[in-house]
Amino acid sequence: MNPVNYLYLAALLFTIGATGVLIRRNAIVVFMCVELMLNACNLAFVAFSRMHGNLDGQVIAFFTMVVAAAEVVVGLAIIVSLFRSRHSASVDDASLMKL
Amino acid sequence: MSATAAVHSLWTTAAAEPIARIDAPKIEYGQLAPMLIVVGAAIVGIAVEAFVPRKSRYYVQMFVSVVALAAAFAAVVALAANGYATTKAGIAAMGAIAVDGPALFLQGTILLTALVGLFTFAERRLDPEVHGNRVDSFAAQAAAVPGSESEKKAVRAGFTTTEVFPLLLFAVAGMLVFPAANDLLTLFVALEVLSLPLYLMCALARRKRLMSQEAAVKYFLLGAFASAFMLFGIALLYGYAGSMSYATIAQVVEGTVPEITPALAATTGNDALLLVGAALVVMGLLFKVGAVPFHMWTPDVYQGAPTPVTGFMAAATKVAAFGALLRILYVVLPGLRWDWRPVMWGVAIVTMLAGAVVAITQTDIKRLLAYSSIAHAGFILAGVIAATPSGISSVLFYLAAYSFVTIGAFAVVTLVRDAGGEATHLSKWAGLGRRSPLVAAVFAVFLLAFAGIPLTSGFSGKFAVFKAAAEGGAAPLVVIGVISSAIAAFFYIRVIVLMFFSEPRPEGPTVAVPSPLTTTAIAVGVAVTVVLGVAPQYFLELAGDAGVFVR
Repeated sequence: MNPVNYLYLAALLFTIGATGVLIRRNAIVVFMCVELMLNACNLAFVAFSRMHGNLDGQVIAFFTMVVAAAEVVVGLAIIVSLFRSRHSASVDDASLMKL
Repeated sequence: MSATAAVHSLWTTAAAEPIARIDAPKIEYGQLAPMLIVVGAAIVGIAVEAFVPRKSRYYVQMFVSVVALAAAFAAVVALAANGYATTKAGIAAMGAIAVDGPALFLQGTILLTALVGLFTFAERRLDPEVHGNRVDSFAAQAAAVPGSESEKKAVRAGFTTTEVFPLLLFAVAGMLVFPAANDLLTLFVALEVLSLPLYLMCALARRKRLMSQEAAVKYFLLGAFASAFMLFGIALLYGYAGSMSYATIAQVVEGTVPEITPALAATTGNDALLLVGAALVVMGLLFKVGAVPFHMWTPDVYQGAPTPVTGFMAAATKVAAFGALLRILYVVLPGLRWDWRPVMWGVAIVTMLAGAVVAITQTDIKRLLAYSSIAHAGFILAGVIAATPSGISSVLFYLAAYSFVTIGAFAVVTLVRDAGGEATHLSKWAGLGRRSPLVAAVFAVFLLAFAGIPLTSGFSGKFAVFKAAAEGGAAPLVVIGVISSAIAAFFYIRVIVLMFFSEPRPEGPTVAVPSPLTTTAIAVGVAVTVVLGVAPQYFLELAGDAGVFVR
């Protein structure tokens, strides 16, 4: 199968993730959409790796997974602490600071 | 179809042959010493958290951090003295890290800024003692819900979040790698290593904890969003050039690559990959820099984060991110200059104007400084656009000058306090000059430097940047820069007038007497501001000598 198709899929997943970040209100869901964007990047890396016949892209995919895991640790810690003090994980409610 | 089959055989047939000996990578530990020292000290800091009794952790952490930052700075100076900034500049760690003039200059700046920032982190005399324990700007226990019983217990027990010291060191380690990264993977990993500790530190304020947590969530979600875009840009650039290395990508962009494989011929025929990829990577960097239209996070995060963290973040992150942006634009994409320059023109113009105009309406001193930092990002971008050697050196000089002013100004903000902690509303600063002439005068010096008044570092920096921009053919940008400087001067002067020429309020804030730590931080800020303003020649030459990238 032509690897270019995987690039289209990656772009589609990335767009779904980006749209989700913009329209969803729950911080956890927003964060999951960011993770979807990172996974779309991984797919693109692996597809390009296959097209060019070098392993760089596959190695980067592993690095991305590790970084995403670290981001989950930090992100969930912050979101959970916000939820515990406000009893809500909505990003619209967090509006103490305005112009 | 046949091309992909041939590619596939690359790793299916390789396994049938005897596996070739894999050579160990060659690592130049000496040239990487500044980064290795800081990472090592951060790991030691974590061990300290685990094993040292709570009472003495603060002192041990302080000692480890100060020694590490000073040693790393000494290593940078030693490398520069041995010619690694000029004649011996080269690529280290198998192509991952560039050791050259801009990298060493910015690493030195970041380390000094971090050292001064560390002093403000460690300040423990501003808040009154709680249950006989001295407290700093950070929450007693970050996991405890604000106002809950567990938080009161933690405060009573005298807990402090000494984890901020290793977090600071990890952030500094990422910042040291960021402007020196010489392939896209290192760039991405450095970006995350510098960002993740900053997200956490934003959430750790002792007072106004809800605002602090809100700032952290906003910074985290927007930061993760921006870095996902940047990663997709990296994927597209990798797809275009078939390599992560800056030098190879630059060769492919310029069409001077020695060997063209069929796959490379197919992808380089597609300019969309290059243009979209470059745009997304630059966008990720502009987010970190805080340039309009990627600036939305700046005011909220600067306002909500603990003030020492804000000062450190405003100064050091900007230095690191501009270093990485310079390297991307000047080393990877010089062949694309005619495409990125018009875009950056637009970004610089809106950044300068929007930062200066919106700052006028602000009533909170931290938000005001946040918008001022956006305007300054625009001024620095004017130097970046020059695309000449003097453009690089002027940006280096501006960053060094700006970072010390910023960290000093935020250190002064920590001093002006009332019962609720820091009094950041501008109305409370009225008459500060009568109540505490010295603090108000010092803050006035920083504001004049932000405004770019002669005899301060702000003037020398702006002059260098605008001169480079004019020589680089961006004269209209200089005109707009001067206009927005004038707009910005209005609100800086307004704060000075407010401090010195209005009656102090009876219930106004008091000025806390700091320990020698914050005093040192502010004194260093004033000294650098005045020295770089009165006698900038030596430092301009230093930046000029450092202004050549290795490729």
